[in-house]
Amino acid sequence: MSQSTEPKLPESDIPESVVRRKLLQSFGLFALAAAVPVGVYEWITHSPKLRGIKKPFRQVLDANEQVARTYFSNTNLVRTFPVEEAEKKARVNGYDGIRTPVPEDWKLQIDRPNAEPLMLTIDDIKALPKHEIVYEFKCIEGWSQVQHWGGARLSDFLEHYKLGSKSGNAPTPDNTDDLFKYVGMETPDKGYYVGIDIESAMHPQTLLAYELNGQPINAPHGAPLRLIIPVKYGVKNLKRIGRMFFSDQRPPDFWAERGYDYYVGL
Amino acid sequence: MKRIVHKHPLAIRWFHWINFPVLFVMIWSGLLIYWAYDPYKITIGSYTLVSFFPNGFYKFLGVPRRLAEGMAWHWVFMWLFMLNGLAYVIYTFASGEWRHLVPNRNSFREAIQVTLYDLGLRKTQPPFVKYNGAQKIAYFSIMLMGVGSILTGFAIYKPTQFSWLTSLLGGYKAARLEHFVLTVGYVLFFFVHIGQVIRAGWNNFQSMVTGFEVIKRNDPEHPSVAPEPISEPVEPTPTPTTPTLA
Repeated sequence: MSQSTEPKLPESDIPESVVRRKLLQSFGLFALAAAVPVGVYEWITHSPKLRGIKKPFRQVLDANEQVARTYFSNTNLVRTFPVEEAEKKARVNGYDGIRTPVPEDWKLQIDRPNAEPLMLTIDDIKALPKHEIVYEFKCIEGWSQVQHWGGARLSDFLEHYKLGSKSGNAPTPDNTDDLFKYVGMETPDKGYYVGIDIESAMHPQTLLAYELNGQPINAPHGAPLRLIIPVKYGVKNLKRIGRMFFSDQRPPDFWAERGYDYYVGL
Repeated sequence: MKRIVHKHPLAIRWFHWINFPVLFVMIWSGLLIYWAYDPYKITIGSYTLVSFFPNGFYKFLGVPRRLAEGMAWHWVFMWLFMLNGLAYVIYTFASGEWRHLVPNRNSFREAIQVTLYDLGLRKTQPPFVKYNGAQKIAYFSIMLMGVGSILTGFAIYKPTQFSWLTSLLGGYKAARLEHFVLTVGYVLFFFVHIGQVIRAGWNNFQSMVTGFEVIKRNDPEHPSVAPEPISEPVEPTPTPTTPTLA
């Protein structure tokens, strides 16, 4: 029988007055407890904003970032796909920072501590070893698409030009004291900008991309050079990089200022 | 004197009532997130039977353009949802309460009989101790669905860190759909649950707050497997001991 393992519920006999008292006590406590979620809601919605969103939210989102950065590896690879599965027409979803034509005299400007800014051409980037990746690009809106990008590893680039370190030596992921905590990037018109933790920037799948489906990137996709950072949502994949800089403070971030999580690590 | 049956332990009542607002926040913020990319629909051929969701539905609830806010709520309250759920599961199994909850081989037959009884197609319902077969299946499924929501949630929250999980669930897109379907499941459960609680009446409802129910003799809504208690016992019946975990 099914009931053989299910114990009977305990019973007891109590005076009717006690039944009534327990009922009132329980419901009194229940009403008090119900005030807690109401209070939490009022507290959150009446909190001041901190960087685009209610302060308690921002604090927990930042704490979530700490959890991720403490417990997750920076070298786990994003799943890759066979090149045939790549979308032939990759989706374009945003024009902030690229509403004007691509500047004729485009150069990548890299600010360095105690040195003149480095000004590089697309050929300088193409001179670095080329890597291709076919992976599922993930938009913060929820859609995703398998896309095929090509370019230079950002880590190779930083190493070659000795960037991202305070000493001016080639950066190594192990020597974290010497690394700046963040890399900032912005479009030439400063209409779009992102900040990225240096660990994600140095991830082996993070590219300075100049090819999409084997062709030079077109303007809506971020010509001539864009960031492809598979360990982040699309919002961090800045198009048409104009300037790059390094900092220990979080660089301004377009969507984080509009209330989104800053880290958005996948 | 009144005879009462101690139905819901205090811990279970806390878990239940904490889960109510927390799950509400998760579903609501999930809707704010889902709006930003809302491709799901049920179609028969080219005919759309149900679209998740029509624009009027979003507008009526004030959903549009609140993705950032939705993500913030979701990624804050997920911790409470997980902690409370974990505490519930641990308690249920450690305390022996699972014996009232986990369906057995008779539960499915029982559930059909209960359903027929609820629909008025059967005069009596099979006897049960705490939950009838249909309740066991429903409440145990909800527990599994909670686990499912956490797994599918992590598969879309950290698809690189948990790439094995995302792959196991059929990929990123599939995991997002599964996460959504589970949520639709909660909403359906909620409506049936509310309906059944109303049907079952005050004595049953208040037991989720007080923990006990006053026993009415020969209650057809609550046929007991226990033999009829003596109407005026001289001494309180000793509390049956819970069998140890075998």
